[in-house]
Amino acid sequence: MSAAEQRARPEAVVVHEVLEQPVGLRKRVVTGSLLVLTGAVTVLGWGLGSGRGDATFAFGGDTAVRVPDLTVPGTLTPVVLGALVVVLGLFQLVRGFRARRGPLLVGVAVAAFIVSFLCWAMSGGDAASIDVVRLLRQTLFLATPLILGALAGVLGERSGVVNVAIEGQLLTGAFTAALVGSLAGSLGAGVVGGVLSGALVGWLLAVFAIRYRVNQVILGVVLNAAALGFTGWAYKALMQSDTERFNAPGQLQAVPIPVLSEIPVLGPLLFEANVVVYVMYALIVALQVVLFRTRWGLRTRAVGEHPKAAATLGVPVLRIRYVNVVVAGGIAGLGGAFLSVGTIGPFTENMSAGKGFIALAAVIFGRWTPKGAVAASLLFGFFAALQTLVGVLPYGSAVPSSFLSALPYLATLFAVAGFVGRVRPPAASGEPYPA
Amino acid sequence: MELELRGITKRFGSLVANDGIDLTVREGEIHALLGENGAGKSTLMNVLYGLHAPDEGEVLVDGEPVRFSSPGDAMAAGIGMVHQHFMLVPGFTATENIVLGSELTRGGGLLDRRRARARVLETSERFGLAVPPDALVSDLAVGVQQRVEILKALLREAKVLVLDEPTAVLTPAETDDLMRVMRELADSGTSIVFITHKLREVRAVADRITVIRRGRVVGSAEPTASQEELAALMVGRDVRLVVDKAPAEPGPPVLEVAGVRVTDPAGALLLDDVSLTVRAGEVLAVAGVDGNGQSELTRCVVGLQPVDAGSVRVSGEDLTGLSVRQVLQRGVGYVPEDRLHDGLVGSFSIAENLVLDLVDTPAYSVGPSVDRAAVARNAAERVAEFDIRTSSAQAAVSTLSGGNQQKVVLAREMSRPLKLLVVAQPTRGVDVGSQEFVHQRIVAERDRGAAVLLVSTELDEVRALADRIVVMYRGRIAGEVGPDADSEQLGLLMAGARPQEGTA
Amino acid sequence: MSTETPAKEVPPAGPAGAAPRRPAPRRTWLVTVCAVVGAALVGAVLIAVGDARTRAAAGYFLSYPWDTFSNAWYAVRDAYVALLEGAVYSPDLSGKGALGPISETLVNATPLVLGGLAVALAFRVGLFNIGGQGQVVLGAVGAAWIGFAWDLPVGLHLLLALLGGLLGGVLWGGLIGWLKARTGAHEVITSIMLNYVALNLLNFLLSTRGFQRPPYGQAISEQVDAGARLPLLLGSPLRVHAGLLLALLAAVAVHWLFSRSRLGFRLRAVGANPEAARTAGMSVGRLQVVAMALSGGLAGLAGASQVLGVSGSVTGSVAGTIGFDAITVALLGRNNPYGVIGAGLLFGGLRAGGVQMQSTTGVPVDLVGVLQALIVLFIAAPALVRAVFRLRAGGGGVGTELAGGWSR
Repeated sequence: MSAAEQRARPEAVVVHEVLEQPVGLRKRVVTGSLLVLTGAVTVLGWGLGSGRGDATFAFGGDTAVRVPDLTVPGTLTPVVLGALVVVLGLFQLVRGFRARRGPLLVGVAVAAFIVSFLCWAMSGGDAASIDVVRLLRQTLFLATPLILGALAGVLGERSGVVNVAIEGQLLTGAFTAALVGSLAGSLGAGVVGGVLSGALVGWLLAVFAIRYRVNQVILGVVLNAAALGFTGWAYKALMQSDTERFNAPGQLQAVPIPVLSEIPVLGPLLFEANVVVYVMYALIVALQVVLFRTRWGLRTRAVGEHPKAAATLGVPVLRIRYVNVVVAGGIAGLGGAFLSVGTIGPFTENMSAGKGFIALAAVIFGRWTPKGAVAASLLFGFFAALQTLVGVLPYGSAVPSSFLSALPYLATLFAVAGFVGRVRPPAASGEPYPA
Repeated sequence: MELELRGITKRFGSLVANDGIDLTVREGEIHALLGENGAGKSTLMNVLYGLHAPDEGEVLVDGEPVRFSSPGDAMAAGIGMVHQHFMLVPGFTATENIVLGSELTRGGGLLDRRRARARVLETSERFGLAVPPDALVSDLAVGVQQRVEILKALLREAKVLVLDEPTAVLTPAETDDLMRVMRELADSGTSIVFITHKLREVRAVADRITVIRRGRVVGSAEPTASQEELAALMVGRDVRLVVDKAPAEPGPPVLEVAGVRVTDPAGALLLDDVSLTVRAGEVLAVAGVDGNGQSELTRCVVGLQPVDAGSVRVSGEDLTGLSVRQVLQRGVGYVPEDRLHDGLVGSFSIAENLVLDLVDTPAYSVGPSVDRAAVARNAAERVAEFDIRTSSAQAAVSTLSGGNQQKVVLAREMSRPLKLLVVAQPTRGVDVGSQEFVHQRIVAERDRGAAVLLVSTELDEVRALADRIVVMYRGRIAGEVGPDADSEQLGLLMAGARPQEGTA
Repeated sequence: MSTETPAKEVPPAGPAGAAPRRPAPRRTWLVTVCAVVGAALVGAVLIAVGDARTRAAAGYFLSYPWDTFSNAWYAVRDAYVALLEGAVYSPDLSGKGALGPISETLVNATPLVLGGLAVALAFRVGLFNIGGQGQVVLGAVGAAWIGFAWDLPVGLHLLLALLGGLLGGVLWGGLIGWLKARTGAHEVITSIMLNYVALNLLNFLLSTRGFQRPPYGQAISEQVDAGARLPLLLGSPLRVHAGLLLALLAAVAVHWLFSRSRLGFRLRAVGANPEAARTAGMSVGRLQVVAMALSGGLAGLAGASQVLGVSGSVTGSVAGTIGFDAITVALLGRNNPYGVIGAGLLFGGLRAGGVQMQSTTGVPVDLVGVLQALIVLFIAAPALVRAVFRLRAGGGGVGTELAGGWSR
């Protein structure tokens, strides 16, 4: 410890008197009861309500080494898992876990609930199975545009610009990727076009938000409407008049990465995807590093938290915002390109179908960090994947599909109202500068 | 380095904030810029720092004219500034705040945290400004935050350091420490521009004094000038810091605060076992440096802040846990410290603001509608009674001057029969003429028999109005003294010394 | 006396910080007109680009440039004439049919006005109701269910069906307000989520017996009883219905609420400065719930009026894009109830005319969406409009009473 540090007098640091207590009684009772309830539903609904069959979890993929299938009793498993959750809940009620354990607790309960639900859904017939790798692959596939959109949202908000126009950027990216890909006869050109068009929408957002100081949420809504109208118009006026010429880009093929794709479970899951997904991996890492370890990131976060402080140190606030918002637009545009040329090829009207709004929810759910946004996007992707897979299981059709597809939205709602409600966004997010 | 401002004029619309100001700061001197609130000191410094472009005039560094179009230019020319409202990013560490804008990198734009930390430590050691480099700024005491601000400038090798009202948020001890640092910096050749309106500090530390009033330089003085001379120069006429009032005739207790305890969501104690009593017909003043729990105390009394423990009683009735509305209905008036934030709806008219808490009473309603005639009648009466200077009661209250806005708040609160008046910082940002009026009304309310709880950081105001004084420090009542307590006694209490410890 | 901040010395320069002052009415109008003209110009470029003959002519632009221009001109002229004919008056129509375009405009305007009022009401209280879509759905469902499942005398049935629509919206909107007041969850996020929850609820109902229409093949609800339908104002085949009167009445009510009522006074105070409102003893949270409930109720009425006045039943697309269009209507109408009527008529006319434009000239109706977005974009950025049209500076943009971001 250096002399200067030692000279820092005792009162230099205000020590808040943080009382080390588990959690407030009220919160304990609420979470405890919820856990008990979840456990009870698991035991009674998924366990005792199950059929006679077993549940088989397969770990597919064409890797040389395979993980054997896991077959568990369809009734006993939910009962055991449910009982576990009940016990956790009772412990929370009686003694209380430490506050830090909260997320873990929720995670365990949710996982137990989902596994039990799957066991139940499979127990209605003989030898029903669910391929976990396929489920997770589907999750990643459905989550990719969400992740890219959410990364765009994080980047914008960290620099102080709220991006509600992710939806519009996805849509524009999808449209342009298909159009340019068709015209140029090159998928690569299509992807680049998608990125650039997303960046263009980002630039519009930046100009109106920064230069013309339009309320950013309103601006996002309006840009979404403009993107929907424009792509819808162009789809009908242009693409439908000559589909071969304007809307037949073909689609990006999966490129298995040698060696890595041979890893059991992980290989088929992560390393047999198309180039957009690989770029996304790089972007996730890059953004996490750039935001928290580089000069640019430090300045970006400063501008998002306290632009005036940054400005008084000569940091060009507006330029940093412009660059971040435009780059973010490009990232969302890449997500759009994944929707069209990365998935089915041609563009269809309103093909983003609200994914931009889910990405926005993931930004908040993920607490404005790249890591968190990715995790939230994966969660949403998982629910969507579950919905398509559960339908074919013996008991699956007993669950209304609209209930399952509403789940991610309900989950976000609870998250935002429950524990993200008090999480602090970047302080200057949405505020024009100079104020 | 010698700095010269020549004929600086800065206008905002019709308002002339700076009018042909000349100022020379010599190398190694502490130059005090003295002036009332709103005299144009901060505008002048923002011009100097490249935040505002002057309409006329020029800035010269060592005799050479320079143009600053951004703070970056000013910094490059060796000018550093410590803003009154600290320009610190709360979620960043001290080091991150200090190096922001001139970061050290390891190539590829990656931050070199280790070297940054070393540089911060080295600079802080060189100037005797200790800061914990890895602590989050939001966890630092205000005085330490200020050191971080000063280090920001020093790390950039500032030759001229502008300190804008640096002592406003400091305890007397922290103030003394700051003055020591200022003196050391000046002795080592740094020039310091010390912006303030506190006469005592100017006389204690300045080498030269320039006084500004209404955007103009009205004179210069030596530090040997008396307080009265400086005050007269600053205000333009003799000020009386004495309010005419008869001795208090305290009646029965009205406000009884007992054992009140408040913690913030993070668990930090904001109020720690606070108890006090205010009797009918007396003014109890709560003195202390900003941010020691006074705001929370007033908010607890009116029900804006729930208490974790303890009780608040008015005339024997327990008000703890009641809504603000219920508290106000029981005869409590509240003048919040930040009137534009908490007291007034800026875009509403004066008339509407005058009935903000009364619009649901029968006097101002016709069925589900507002009785607009009654509102207008009330406005006419209050505007006349409180001498609110406005062209129309229908004008938006945000168009009024600070003093007139404060009169609107006072007029509204005093238009109900009050048992208790809670007043926080009643003359903050209020011009001298209105100050007297505000003080007189508060005393009048006392004489009418109301209990008055006054919170103020201005010791002159506290002494002029109070019948009794309590001092708050870190959420506790540090001690109680009479209205004739001297500055030293109050200063010790404000710094947390216990009365029985005597000199600490 | 230690708060000398630059902000207090300095009269704010930007529109956002300017003392809230209503922009002079004439200049407001001018900006609006310029915005519409500007949007139409951009739209004209799109029409020309989308026109196959113009594109063909552009292929030999250097040899015969005039061909490109004349083809573009004809394409644009034909499209906009068709738009006008579809929205206002067509010389080809006679007798009662001549009122057809106006009737269609009014039919389209009705839900836009109701939805626009919903958004405007929330705006005035400092809340952004982006959840109109979900509230419209709930309103439609509530109205339809009472309309087909209950058996009541004629007038009462309509009244209760409307009430059902109102309640559906009140519930969905109030929930947003409650979540905000209770947990601090930002209304923009919760309302987006509730939009999707509502949509899934609707899909569920449309595949559920008791709501779905036999023989359960299609995703459509049972037919609302004739006695619960909103009467047609001009008789068949003109579709304009009594929902229009409802919308006008609602505008008057919202105007009264904000200009005269005590509740409105408090709501405005909460919108303009929640801290001061709280200090003055108002229950900010409760008022926010009330505002969102009222806002939702208006949106619910929009849904009800669609079901009871136009379709007679609920389908998956009953809400169309009313919820989002309503935001643009409120912005164009500058959150003023009567302005909302004007904006609703303009956008309703564009919608009605757009259909005509698509059928006679082949220009996709989606163009209208672009026009609508552009108009609002220009309105929201008055500085841009002034720069383009060289107008003198006036008031601030719309929506400035809303602080940005999530942090407020």
